[in-house]
Amino acid sequence: MYAANFLLLSAVLFSIGVFGVIARKNAVMVLMSIELILNSVNLNLIAFSLMNDDVDGNVFALFVIAVAAAEVGVGLAMVLMIYRNRRSIALDELSEMKG
Amino acid sequence: MSAVALLAADVNVAQNVGFYIIAAMMIWGALRVVTTKNVVHAALWLVVVLGGIAAQYILAAAEFVAVSQVMVYIGAVMVLFLFGIMLTRATVGADTDLNNTGWFIGVPVALLLLGVLAYVSLDAVEDTVIVDQDEARIASTTTAISDAYLGEYLVPFLALSFVLLAAAIGAIVLARKD
Repeated sequence: MYAANFLLLSAVLFSIGVFGVIARKNAVMVLMSIELILNSVNLNLIAFSLMNDDVDGNVFALFVIAVAAAEVGVGLAMVLMIYRNRRSIALDELSEMKG
Repeated sequence: MSAVALLAADVNVAQNVGFYIIAAMMIWGALRVVTTKNVVHAALWLVVVLGGIAAQYILAAAEFVAVSQVMVYIGAVMVLFLFGIMLTRATVGADTDLNNTGWFIGVPVALLLLGVLAYVSLDAVEDTVIVDQDEARIASTTTAISDAYLGEYLVPFLALSFVLLAAAIGAIVLARKD
């Protein structure tokens, strides 16, 4: 197995996730794209762990999984609150802080 | 990384073929997540990507992380996403208003980022081949992870527990009706 295989796959997933964050208006879709980005980073960590024959990459990947779970929980709670206040989760309408 | 290189003696062909099949599915799924017009379909395509990642973890001899991935992402996070979609009353069926007006700016940004990341990755590892690990080593990975968590990484592990507790309480406070 080439080391570059995992790194290139995760680069592709990362770029697709960044495109999703830029292109999507629906807040839930943006959160999904962030999940794509976090997963591609995890794949990199696991590949480095395999390359260096060390378990630290696995430990970091599990840390990232836990933090991502916390992020989704809080993020969706915020989306629900925004929906309840404004009846919409379109991110381009949240412009009160624009100068 | 041509077909000839793939047949070199030190490359595990079956592992590579599996990798490419799963990778193709994952990339297609990821593209559908960011391009589909249906929010529920996007969530279901995300399941394909997350399942593919778990399969890649198994190919990379990280089976404990693979099982955690299935339980946490496919089990819990996807249910959260589907509840989020349901509670925000997304349009069932095609929704024409999912993209920003300037969505096409994302294409050059993503392609540029992909170019930079691919260049850096290839420059760093070139054609390094990962040697297959022996089975005794793979069988002791979970032991090594637990040793790392309860030894070297004990303080970060406890901190992470508090992060999860704070996130759970925060989510309840934010989503509560009052």
